[in-house]
Amino acid sequence: MNKKIYAALKLLLPFVAIAFSILVYYGIKDNGKQKQTAHPYYLWLIGAVGAVILIEIVIGLFYQPIRNRILGKAPFLTGVLVFLLLLNLVTTKTTLLPTLYFPSLDRIVAVIAENKIFLLKNIFDSLKLLAVGFAWGASVGFLTGLCLGYFKIVGYWLNPVTKIIGPIPTTAWIPLALSTFPTTHSANVFLIAFAVWFPVTLMTSSGIQSINNVNFEVSRTLGASTLYQILHVAIPAAMPSIFLGVFYGTVSSFATLMAVEMNGNSSGIGWYINWQKSVMMYDGVYAGLIIIAVICSLTLTLLFKVRDKVLIWQKGVIKW
Amino acid sequence: MVGEIRIENVYKKFPNTDPTKEDVQTLNGLSLKVEAGSFVSLIGPSGCGKSTLLRIIGGLDKATEGKLYIDDQEIKKPGSDRGFAFQGSNLFPWLTVEKNIAFGLKARHVYKERKGDVEDFVKLVGLEGFEKSYPHQLSGGMQQRASLARALVGHPSVLLLDEPLGALDAFTRMNLQDEILNIWKKHNMTMIMVTHDVDEAIYMSDKVVVMSARPSKVEAIIDIDLPRPRARAQDTFQEYRTRILNVLNLGGQINDVEYYL
Repeated sequence: MNKKIYAALKLLLPFVAIAFSILVYYGIKDNGKQKQTAHPYYLWLIGAVGAVILIEIVIGLFYQPIRNRILGKAPFLTGVLVFLLLLNLVTTKTTLLPTLYFPSLDRIVAVIAENKIFLLKNIFDSLKLLAVGFAWGASVGFLTGLCLGYFKIVGYWLNPVTKIIGPIPTTAWIPLALSTFPTTHSANVFLIAFAVWFPVTLMTSSGIQSINNVNFEVSRTLGASTLYQILHVAIPAAMPSIFLGVFYGTVSSFATLMAVEMNGNSSGIGWYINWQKSVMMYDGVYAGLIIIAVICSLTLTLLFKVRDKVLIWQKGVIKW
Repeated sequence: MVGEIRIENVYKKFPNTDPTKEDVQTLNGLSLKVEAGSFVSLIGPSGCGKSTLLRIIGGLDKATEGKLYIDDQEIKKPGSDRGFAFQGSNLFPWLTVEKNIAFGLKARHVYKERKGDVEDFVKLVGLEGFEKSYPHQLSGGMQQRASLARALVGHPSVLLLDEPLGALDAFTRMNLQDEILNIWKKHNMTMIMVTHDVDEAIYMSDKVVVMSARPSKVEAIIDIDLPRPRARAQDTFQEYRTRILNVLNLGGQINDVEYYL
């Protein structure tokens, strides 16, 4: 019985936080410096969070995995709500921070809510650029890594080259790429591809080189040809390392994406942030940052989901 | 009957770790004939080249000089007539038990016709119910069984065993020794096993080939004339043990000889 009461109290926490947030929102007088929004977007946002929690609780009554999940997450969500409450308190009710650089939560959410279509178009442009660059970088990186790692002679001649060119920060290539490529778009694709290429190459080749030779010997005694060995021994055995390379590559592709979009691009989330900054619309800057955080985080989550499927045979794994 | 191995005057040199120095002579004109269907153990001081010899028979290494034949065909590379069980199980960790065992059939593009063999060998080594398990989910003994099944599934006439049971605990080891003997009898195959364990060699073999220290030759071939199935705690074991150890001691300087009991 005690445990049930404890669980119920725990689930009540986020709602207490929401109630308190509403109380503060209407109960305390604004500092009057923030631009007013058409709707109380911040309250809508935390209301949506509350609705999701409520739905999970209802499902949780009948379904244990969801119950465990929401019980586990309730304190954390409460913490997030309290953080937002404090942020709102500081930005709208006090004058502790300059209003220009620290817009109210209402205004930030409003940017996203009121410019959905425009933002979606920019998100789409960013994702398209990222996907094309990533696909090139990852596939070329995989192939070069494979050749460098599997064929000793290729490694002997080309490893030093990779080691000189690879570590050059992608952003250092921007001026050269922009002037040598026929279009800005192709230059951007190249730069993102380059950012992905190096880590993927490095980790693929080192993954293959660190395979215990006995694996190849076993496969030879079982009649495997060179091609069969590459496809069925070298690649799967190096897969954990290849994934690590793809992970590093993905992270550095985000950085490159922002760098190229802020340099001479005319669409994309990176460009949007830069543009909003130049017109002193810091609510737009924050909205852009939030969108990027969500996109990058989702991309990595997706990547790790794929890895968990592919590397199901592995014992120890990196947590994401 | 197939599975006769003939080794004629084989020399093997390895390059020195310092490339400006002389090569290291491992096998020094070694000759040996292994009859089809027999069980032969190779024993000798460590570093004498037992494993090297086995690898040359398997086609993994090339002899510097001399020739090897399986059923009068010269051995130049690995072939489906020879199976190889490595030290430790060395299963591919990314494949399930079933897929590990099927690897050779798939690599030789005969999987479709011989799918049933995989099932048969899973049963033979007693791994029913573990077909879909990954190697890390199995015990050491089970991994070794799966690895044996993988080496056997192509129906080789000769199975080469490179200290296959070295990493196992005593009980699992004895168990697997019996299973290997069962498979040997049932499939009428030749088995050549490298071992450090004198008792294991006596218990399992028709002949124990004792090799000398590097550069090595065959020092003695000891016939084990004991009826099968053999009991492990026989007095006659002691005689053979003494004979083998004597040969090992005569093979070089007594202090340098290393063997494991």
